[in-house]
Amino acid sequence: MGDTQTPVVRMSGITKHFLDVTANKDITFHLYPGEICALLGENGAGKTTLMNILFGYYTCDEGEIFIKGEKANLSAPKDAISRGVGMIHQHFALVPSHTVLEIIIIGADSGRGIFLDFKTARQEILQFQERFGLKIDPDARVWTLSVGEQQKVEILKALYRDVDILIMDEPTAVLAPSETEELFKTLRSLVEEGRSVVFISHKLNEVMDISDRIVVLRAGRVVAERNTAETNTRELANLMVGRDLLESIEKKTLEPGQPVLEIIDLGAVDDKNLPAITNLNLVVRQNEILGMAGISGNGQTELCEIIFGMRAPTDGIIKVGNSPLKFGSPASAIKLRMGRIPEDRIGTGLMMDLSVEENMILENHTSSDFHRYGLMKSKKIRQFSDDLISAYSITTAGRDAATKSLSGGNLQKVMLARELSGGPAVIVASQPTRGLDVGAMEYIHQRILKERERGAGILLISEDLDEIFALSDRIVVIYEGKIMGEASGAEASREQIGLWMSGVEK
Amino acid sequence: MIRFKIEKRKPLPGWAKIVIPIAAIMVTLILSAIPILIAGGHLWKSYFYLFYGALGTRFNLLETFVKASPLLMTGLAVAFAFRAKFWNIGAEGQLLAGALVATVLGVSMGGFPHALVLPIIIIAGFLAGGIWASIPAILKTKLKVDDVVSTLLLNYVMIHIMGALLFGPLQQPGSSWPRSSAIVEAACYPILMTRSRFHMGILIALLAVFVIWFINKKTTFGYQSKAVGVNVRAAHFGGINTTSVILWTALISGGLAGLAGVGELCAIQYRLIMDISPGYGYSGIVIAMLGNLHPVGVLFSSLFFSVIIVGAQTMSRMTGVPTYIAEVIQGMALMVMLIFLLFTEYKLRMVRKS
Repeated sequence: MGDTQTPVVRMSGITKHFLDVTANKDITFHLYPGEICALLGENGAGKTTLMNILFGYYTCDEGEIFIKGEKANLSAPKDAISRGVGMIHQHFALVPSHTVLEIIIIGADSGRGIFLDFKTARQEILQFQERFGLKIDPDARVWTLSVGEQQKVEILKALYRDVDILIMDEPTAVLAPSETEELFKTLRSLVEEGRSVVFISHKLNEVMDISDRIVVLRAGRVVAERNTAETNTRELANLMVGRDLLESIEKKTLEPGQPVLEIIDLGAVDDKNLPAITNLNLVVRQNEILGMAGISGNGQTELCEIIFGMRAPTDGIIKVGNSPLKFGSPASAIKLRMGRIPEDRIGTGLMMDLSVEENMILENHTSSDFHRYGLMKSKKIRQFSDDLISAYSITTAGRDAATKSLSGGNLQKVMLARELSGGPAVIVASQPTRGLDVGAMEYIHQRILKERERGAGILLISEDLDEIFALSDRIVVIYEGKIMGEASGAEASREQIGLWMSGVEK
Repeated sequence: MIRFKIEKRKPLPGWAKIVIPIAAIMVTLILSAIPILIAGGHLWKSYFYLFYGALGTRFNLLETFVKASPLLMTGLAVAFAFRAKFWNIGAEGQLLAGALVATVLGVSMGGFPHALVLPIIIIAGFLAGGIWASIPAILKTKLKVDDVVSTLLLNYVMIHIMGALLFGPLQQPGSSWPRSSAIVEAACYPILMTRSRFHMGILIALLAVFVIWFINKKTTFGYQSKAVGVNVRAAHFGGINTTSVILWTALISGGLAGLAGVGELCAIQYRLIMDISPGYGYSGIVIAMLGNLHPVGVLFSSLFFSVIIVGAQTMSRMTGVPTYIAEVIQGMALMVMLIFLLFTEYKLRMVRKS
């Protein structure tokens, strides 16, 4: 990875604004042939924006891009692809009913005019599979594939389009540990042949494992560049955050009390009527955090919807406190004093087009504190929202500001403020820090711990193992809608949890 | 090369809410000059008579209010439903339902105490429209039937029910036309100003503006209805009974449209005829959109519409420009307004590319 080589991509002076936000400020970035370069940074540091500019998805306000020595004016991804730049986003958009082969060749130039040349394409794809360990049945339909397999399809798609500069945006976020290993092998074999890979991530260990060189972004600027061999996770963490991370979270020892949430023999199907949860049993007690680890899509969504009162199960009962939850009735969950943090805060939790205040009172606007004979007591409501805004230090133009104007961290604070305002007996939080920056994440962790001390029982569902390990008193792992195993938070090993997450029983 | 990009803009200050509709109307009038000129009209003369015809004399001014009242009612009906994302395209049918029930009662309530006749007719007309609108609401909430389609199709159902009754039991004895007998004296809306048709229905419509504003702004139900419109999943998550909110919204929306029908029957026609509504229910959709679904906005857009409709008569008489121009201007106004509303959230940016 010599600096003596000529870079295959040269971006200089890149600046990009979104309204008032400067996503990229005067960034210079080089990529050399045959290397894996990691772009490291917190959420919102500008990594994805920078790569979207290289991929022609955004145009930069200032700056120049040279690809393979030529100045490139990219106004659409097709311009980038024709120059050999491919990008695989976090969320794939593959047509579920197509086969792998169709997905790969549709839209690519197959050299036969308007007809698709399946035969040559198939051979070419099989050859790629051989060389890069991308084993997958070309005739499988996309909807039958796991997320990891879909990612392979995306990589094959890029290779089929002669991409030799591959950008991967947080590719491991959706993968099980074993799938991550496979992906890393593939990426290494790609660069061995002289291709280049940009690996976007905010996970330090992963970046240390896979990359040759690391570029650290913070608040839209490049703050450092290191050869991977000459740095360590501690230095990277400081560079990334700009201050020392809290070493570990302080957690009081508390004795768990009475059960506050009991899930007994739960069974459920998903929207396609396939089994999503089978025979699931859980107990959450006062003063305790039960962490549920697992790769997303293993029944967590359905489980949360059932507990939240939004979906009816096929079997089982749920007791909150000592009262049974009425299925399919969110009002019942609210009445039983459950604090609910849904994973999809924008689609399920909040009403983005309404004001902060209107979101704050969603669950108790019918309580007698806030209305009389159906007329809202606006003074009390204002007082209530102002109190919550200051108690949770929410950064907003005010209670009347549109919720959609808030940042991700503040949105989640609005969510927490509303759900915790009644002093819930049990809290069910799903992916509470997903997509948040480190500051907001710490804040939310502290809040959750405070609730634990107050006496609430907390079910924490998360894909983030660091979060699970840092907060949980007990850890369970969900896999294909079943609990694979349980371990105490203090004694659990990452290896064991990782095995359970990928469905290995032991 | 110069290209244009559409970008999100920062929220506009409060005065924009007043300036934008005024600007939109100005632009509409400028654009409407084109069809007027093509129709061979003299531009300034046409515009003068358009406004003079609607506002220039006492009678015409009051007539503009007479015309505005059904438009205001259907506009409010649609706006109230749309706010909760209940896509009520069926105000026309609900209006007819109100008029039909008012006819049945108005023809036959001769023997009732006079003071009771109108209140009963008004309540019954409201309920008729409301119940007609709650059919698609039930279909939507229970069976997930698309409300755009069902509300629209129920218009035709109601038109044909009305036709069947007007050729059958409701037909005026001895008449060969599809028309009912006249309603009794006690069922007629009082005329509030002499030498005009300025009737009680206009006051009811203005009262409705206030009531809808009050419901939207001050009541828990108004809040719930808005929440359901903005994000039905989040509203459900938050414990709101979305089924009942949609049903009540439909009932009130249809009720308002029903009252428009009662007004046309009891203050204008005094008997049911097939063309009691020249499409007020459909104009209501345009008016609601033009008024940005806000009751006060709906008030002004319905007045604007009726100015154009009433004024176009005079314009046509004095300049020879056909009255159809009124509909062209209405359509133009909606498009201009929608474009203006788009630009309250987005802006065009010029990008120079080498």
